[in-house]
Amino acid sequence: MPILQRQGTHVSRRTLLASGTCALTLSATRSMAAQTTKLPLPSAPRTRELSSAFPQKGEMIVQRWRAPLLETPFDVFDKGVFTPNDRFFVRWHYADIPVKIDVTTFRLKIHGNVEKEVSLTLDEIMALPHVEVAAVNQCSGNSRGLFMPRVAGGEWGDGAMGNARWTGVRMSDVLKKAGIKPGSVQIRLQGLEKPSLPGSPPFLKSLSVEHAMDGEVMIAFAMNGQQLPHLNGFPLRVVVPGWYATYWVKMLSDIEVLDKPDTNFWMATAYTIPDTPRADMKPGEAGVKFVPINKMVPRSFITNVTAGAKLKTGINHLVRGMAFGGASGVKMVELSVDGGKTWKPTQLGKSEGKYSFRRWESNVKFAKAGDHVLQVRCTNDAGEVQPPTTNWNPAGFMRNVIQSTAISAA
Amino acid sequence: MQSFSNSRWAAALFATLALGLVPLPVQAQTTLTLKTSSVDLPDPLHQFKGEGADAVNNNCLACHSAEMIQTQPKLNAATWTAEVNKMINVMKAPVDKADVAAIVNYLVANYGTK
Repeated sequence: MPILQRQGTHVSRRTLLASGTCALTLSATRSMAAQTTKLPLPSAPRTRELSSAFPQKGEMIVQRWRAPLLETPFDVFDKGVFTPNDRFFVRWHYADIPVKIDVTTFRLKIHGNVEKEVSLTLDEIMALPHVEVAAVNQCSGNSRGLFMPRVAGGEWGDGAMGNARWTGVRMSDVLKKAGIKPGSVQIRLQGLEKPSLPGSPPFLKSLSVEHAMDGEVMIAFAMNGQQLPHLNGFPLRVVVPGWYATYWVKMLSDIEVLDKPDTNFWMATAYTIPDTPRADMKPGEAGVKFVPINKMVPRSFITNVTAGAKLKTGINHLVRGMAFGGASGVKMVELSVDGGKTWKPTQLGKSEGKYSFRRWESNVKFAKAGDHVLQVRCTNDAGEVQPPTTNWNPAGFMRNVIQSTAISAA
Repeated sequence: MQSFSNSRWAAALFATLALGLVPLPVQAQTTLTLKTSSVDLPDPLHQFKGEGADAVNNNCLACHSAEMIQTQPKLNAATWTAEVNKMINVMKAPVDKADVAAIVNYLVANYGTK
């Protein structure tokens, strides 16, 4: 079977990189033994395959082999503020992904309502001024598997997100190469991913011209200092800091400047949320207006204590994790050890910029034995705070609730 | 990971004031050279089994692998019907009309609410 060959290849590559036989043994053992994992979802099925078979990827949770949906195992988020490229989540809509991209023939075309249609080489793009941003890339449907009632879709745990340092060029500088004509309202982004069938709607996403020209939206050619992994959008990927990943089009090859709003399936029907606070509605509720998903909201996670952990009484435990503010920076992360009755601010780690993950930590001591619920909540610079009750919508987008981790002290 | 050291606090305070996007000085243009990328994409080609599986294997697996269905929570018949109809009406999957009921029946029998 193709999968076995791929795993063999991967072990070989790791072996070359490893410096000793000890590392070889560990990597081979992990690859062979850890075949599945269980996600903490509210109902079955919870089991997912684990695989290191995807190109340029270490061990990932396989939500779907084709088109690839690969989730980052949650323990990766405890290791540092940046998510390594080889553990960064992967999400494709269609299986027809080019397996070879030649840097000498690749072109980014800009057309539509422009002064001059252009087709740019990678060299021409990389000759523009470079910019850098640390930013969270999070799937609109991250944590969909935790929705209750459950909804159909990619049944992610919390690992359809990652944080990277993106290097690239400003979208505004690229658009100036073509010159946007007056009366333009949106730019429509398309990558090299092709629909599976001739009639399937091509994956197209649009941003307002104002947003695209704000100097923050960029086209990245590097992720954590390396060229983008193939499955994360090599050679060029749109970066829309603070916005959900659906707009971060991978393998960007085509920008069309529109003089009227985009009504294609992927803007008008898919990736829409209730136009209500927190994109929240009741199951079956009628008459709800839907709008395209947009800015992210604050989230925070405990990364070094898992549910069911047994912690000793009378000594300090360092509880730590990470948070992000969504469309603005992390202002405060608070921890509660009594199920949300009282909250104490945690110590924040170094800021890598307002769109980045940020580490937090706190010392916790339990005086008495018994069951406790640890909770963590983030407040962002815009004053948004994670709420105690969860939101719900039929597509399972934009989950946001205070995380609870039940532990016992003994 | 070690606990945050005190010396990091000054840096943290300073960085908090910084904007999200950092222009690099022209002299510091990244010197990365992009290299042609060529990969193989793995797929163990899982198949559905049991009574009625043929209709699902023949119609659904051309565009996506089986886990798209196998990882779903138990869905009711109306939801499975809507999913199949979405594939036909939106994605234009060329599903034989005679197969639609067989697909829905298999999904409800194996992945439906009881």
